[in-house]
Amino acid sequence: MTAIDAPLPARARSRAWAKLRRNPAAMVGAVIVVVFVVLALAAPILPMASPTATDWGAIRQPPSAAHWLGTDEIGRDIFSRMIWGARASLMAGVVSVAIAVVIGVPLGLIAGYFGGWTDSVIARCTDALLAMPFLILAIALAAFLGPSLTNAMIAIGLSAVPIFIRLTRGQVLSVKTEDYVEGARAIGLGHLAIMAAYILPNVIPPILVQATLTVATAIIAEASLSFLGLGQQPPAPSWGSMLNTARNFMSQAPWMAVWPGVAIFLVVMGFNLMGDGLRDALDPREH
Amino acid sequence: MLSFVLRRILIAIPTLLLVSVFVFTLQKLLPGDPVLVMAGEERDPEVIAFLREQYRLNDPIIVQYFHWLGNVLQGDLGMSLRTRQPVLELILERIPVTFQLAVMAMSFAVAIGIPMGILSAVKKGTWLDYVANFVALSGLSIPNFWLGILLILLVSVNLGWLPASGYVAFWSDPLRSIQTLLMPAFVLGTALAATLMRHTRSAMLGVLQSDYVRTARAKGLRERVVVMKHAFRNGVLPIVTLSALLFGELLAGAVLTEQIFSIPGFGRLIVDAVFNRDYAVVQGVVLVTAVAFIAMNLLADVAYALLNPRMRAAQ
Amino acid sequence: MTWPTIRRTLYASLLASAAMAGPALATELRIGLQEDPDALDTDQARTFVGRIVFESLCDKLINITPDLEFIPELATEWSWSDDGLELTMRLREDVVFHDGTPFNADAVVFNIDRSQTLDESRRRSELASVESVAATDEFEVVFTLGAPDATLLAQLSDRAGMMLSPAAAEELGLDLATNPVCSGPFSFVERVQQDRIVLEKFADHWDADSYHLERLVFIPMPDTSVRLANLRSGDIHMLERLAASDVPQVQGDASLLFESAVGLGYQGITVNVANGERSETPFGQDPQVRRAFSLAIDREVINQVVFEGAFLPGNQHVPSTSPWYDENFPVEGRDVEAARAILDELGIDRLEVEVQMANNPVQTQLMQVIQSMVAEAGFDVSLRATEFASLLAAQTAGDFQASQVGWSGRTDPDGNLHAFVTCDGGLNDSGFCNEEVDRLLNEARTASDMDARRALYAEAQEILMAELPIIYLYHPTWLWALRDSVSGFVPYPDGMIRLAGVRRD
Repeated sequence: MTAIDAPLPARARSRAWAKLRRNPAAMVGAVIVVVFVVLALAAPILPMASPTATDWGAIRQPPSAAHWLGTDEIGRDIFSRMIWGARASLMAGVVSVAIAVVIGVPLGLIAGYFGGWTDSVIARCTDALLAMPFLILAIALAAFLGPSLTNAMIAIGLSAVPIFIRLTRGQVLSVKTEDYVEGARAIGLGHLAIMAAYILPNVIPPILVQATLTVATAIIAEASLSFLGLGQQPPAPSWGSMLNTARNFMSQAPWMAVWPGVAIFLVVMGFNLMGDGLRDALDPREH
Repeated sequence: MLSFVLRRILIAIPTLLLVSVFVFTLQKLLPGDPVLVMAGEERDPEVIAFLREQYRLNDPIIVQYFHWLGNVLQGDLGMSLRTRQPVLELILERIPVTFQLAVMAMSFAVAIGIPMGILSAVKKGTWLDYVANFVALSGLSIPNFWLGILLILLVSVNLGWLPASGYVAFWSDPLRSIQTLLMPAFVLGTALAATLMRHTRSAMLGVLQSDYVRTARAKGLRERVVVMKHAFRNGVLPIVTLSALLFGELLAGAVLTEQIFSIPGFGRLIVDAVFNRDYAVVQGVVLVTAVAFIAMNLLADVAYALLNPRMRAAQ
Repeated sequence: MTWPTIRRTLYASLLASAAMAGPALATELRIGLQEDPDALDTDQARTFVGRIVFESLCDKLINITPDLEFIPELATEWSWSDDGLELTMRLREDVVFHDGTPFNADAVVFNIDRSQTLDESRRRSELASVESVAATDEFEVVFTLGAPDATLLAQLSDRAGMMLSPAAAEELGLDLATNPVCSGPFSFVERVQQDRIVLEKFADHWDADSYHLERLVFIPMPDTSVRLANLRSGDIHMLERLAASDVPQVQGDASLLFESAVGLGYQGITVNVANGERSETPFGQDPQVRRAFSLAIDREVINQVVFEGAFLPGNQHVPSTSPWYDENFPVEGRDVEAARAILDELGIDRLEVEVQMANNPVQTQLMQVIQSMVAEAGFDVSLRATEFASLLAAQTAGDFQASQVGWSGRTDPDGNLHAFVTCDGGLNDSGFCNEEVDRLLNEARTASDMDARRALYAEAQEILMAELPIIYLYHPTWLWALRDSVSGFVPYPDGMIRLAGVRRD
């Protein structure tokens, strides 16, 4: 076993990590994401109003000492709703990408590794799914599953599956003829073992990059679905549904539209910066 | 070359069939009954029964599918459940609208993205490069429906510079038509501009380090000539193919943009159709979109294949 | 071309188009609609918004006044036989359709027949009481009814009474929907779906002198704030269904006018009391629980918070401004203690209730307010926002506990009640069935005298108030905003836009 070069040795991994840490942009992205994650996780223990507590006497109040980001159309504290909304957005981003990876990567591995008919069938299905605009597919799926945050995540995840199939497949094709894979085959390892031990590790870096970038896309997709009323159900907050409501009070209460937009922008930016940083760090061409 | 194109077209056929099967199944799974809405507020049972019969909604789904497919092969995409207009007519009405929006968005993207990409590649590592990168990343990260809302608030409501929404056909009043689409095209173009900028930058960086650019520099050519004549010409080729591929992204982006700016294009047609369960329209629009998407991909591949050898020959 | 020449040409064309883009002809009126109308055939049509277009495109046999009294339009006078089974109508003699076909008694017979027999017709139930129509003279028709029907005049003042050109209808068949030919003050020019419907003045209209506009453009703009932005920028001259939250803004803008009229419809919560398994909850089975729910709602606060006080709190199928409103049951204030007491008596600590509603921002806001109000009395409401098509399907299938829906309203009170609460009513999704209510409401249909009908409705109201199959919430007010250059607009409780006398300077 030791005779065969293990792909991406630990040394390369730590080198990538060091490179990532020296990349200021990626670090800024990571900090943004971490801040939002911490806030989202701490939501239940933060000393603030309940995100669903209404106050008829204080509807659509501009930002003030009592309500840092103002109140919404039925007098709820927007700051609190933003923090709880971060949970919805981050969950939507991460869970839907997890769904896409869990389904897409194995299918891509199988298609790339076995080739032939299996590959053709999977490739045609991928083509077909990619030929439908992402958002349309997600809208139809979300409408089919019924509006809820969970279903929105499933819909976005399923719509993103073809991206990972295609990426994995391409990656597998490029490594499956490498010497160490041939070697593993020569010593009689089974398909599953080869895929798991020799091919998958090589496929992981680009998938990691793609997954990080897709989290960004997925967060926007969740906001879009909620914006169309197909995501998080009231009264639970989500940034997209907050924007949807805010649209009706653009001139009376512009702050309602500003905060959720800014938050989406920052988080998505954070994931994009991290994704870019990862790509640079894991790129074997640049040393 | 010809056999390559033919093969690709042949492959596209099963893909399109699969698309139609997906959409058809998905739609039949959608909860909600279009007939209940179509029957009107009174929901006359006679009307409901008649409509179900007329639109063959009582048939088994397989029968419905093959009936639909048979009609499509004869060029009949069916009829809108909601307005009784032929689907093909609806689509043909919409194509120029979304096409114009797409062209304008693409123009924005190219006009902003490519020069910015070249500039930041040439000035790599300077503050100009950082600013350009930051702007591009912002363009990618900003939710475009939010950008649209903010623009309407600022430009139309507060400043009154541009109409907030609507659409005027290009041939009836070109200037006004462009005015109405200016904001939506900008919104739609931002993400594309960002993508183009980033790709142009990395392509240019690659080319600028290549041997023949170094040779050109060594010959003492002026930097501007080197960049524009040698580097850009070669670096831009992949960008052309990328632009074709971005078409799909453009259509998806148009869905929300058209919704916000009330533009009667493809995106609004399909969202309304999904919400109203207007089966024939959803089916028709997705099919046409898929054809367009596959055609653009094919075009990109052909362009790439055509340009590639010449590029090599030029060296 | 040299650059200066190009520049000059460019400037010239810019100026020319700027001039074109400037203020449109003063005789053109551009109207922003909330939705895109459906089929433009009075028999196939089903949407409220379509009726707004028909109002200018087509004439009806009977019109209404803002006080809901019937007045002549195509029919000059009408009378009932003593047994209430025959309605005789005299018709105008100076009317032609847009295609030149003359209007006469045969045209009426043709139209009623089409409404009743066309497979796609949505008008059948409205004309169910009509057994036959006959032309007794060139300008006189007689409707023969199977049973007395107090609601027929109201139907004939709406789409069922709109007259299409028989020649065009025969020639075009169902395609009339894309090229409608009526006899109204404006005739059809073109339509681009989801974009615009254009009408132009019909010079040969019998009342052409009352119409001062040459061209109408109806533009669907689903987004309320976009609609208002277009009005403020002058791209449209009036809009219908202004968002209640925008009312203060319109009232504060000197260049805009605001008009309103209390509507005929209602919004409420339909409870599944006997429509399948999902009715088997305390909420569906025990009227006392529903009473507690209703008591926990502050209808006045809803009106203030969600509708800026522009709507009318309600507890019956007609608004308190209607002559049919039952004064014995005024809108009650909120009483959480009383609600809590009822639940305590029933031994209920907290009760879970699922309410579905259409997934638009206003309905969502409304239900969140109610959710928060009834929580204080002990109801844990979960909300389920769905698209309208799914909402209706779930409702008819009995797949709901409670559903927040409404009704656009009819001129006659029967239209707001009968189909919803009678055992076999076509719109009875709650599954409510009470023989006494059936008897009373059926009788109210045939009684011709208003006082007699009121007495019957009052008796039915007593039962309905105790049973609460529908918990009424409020009555929408129609809200319009116009440019101050538009004058002569009169608001009607049916929410229509009638353009007689309307001018634009």
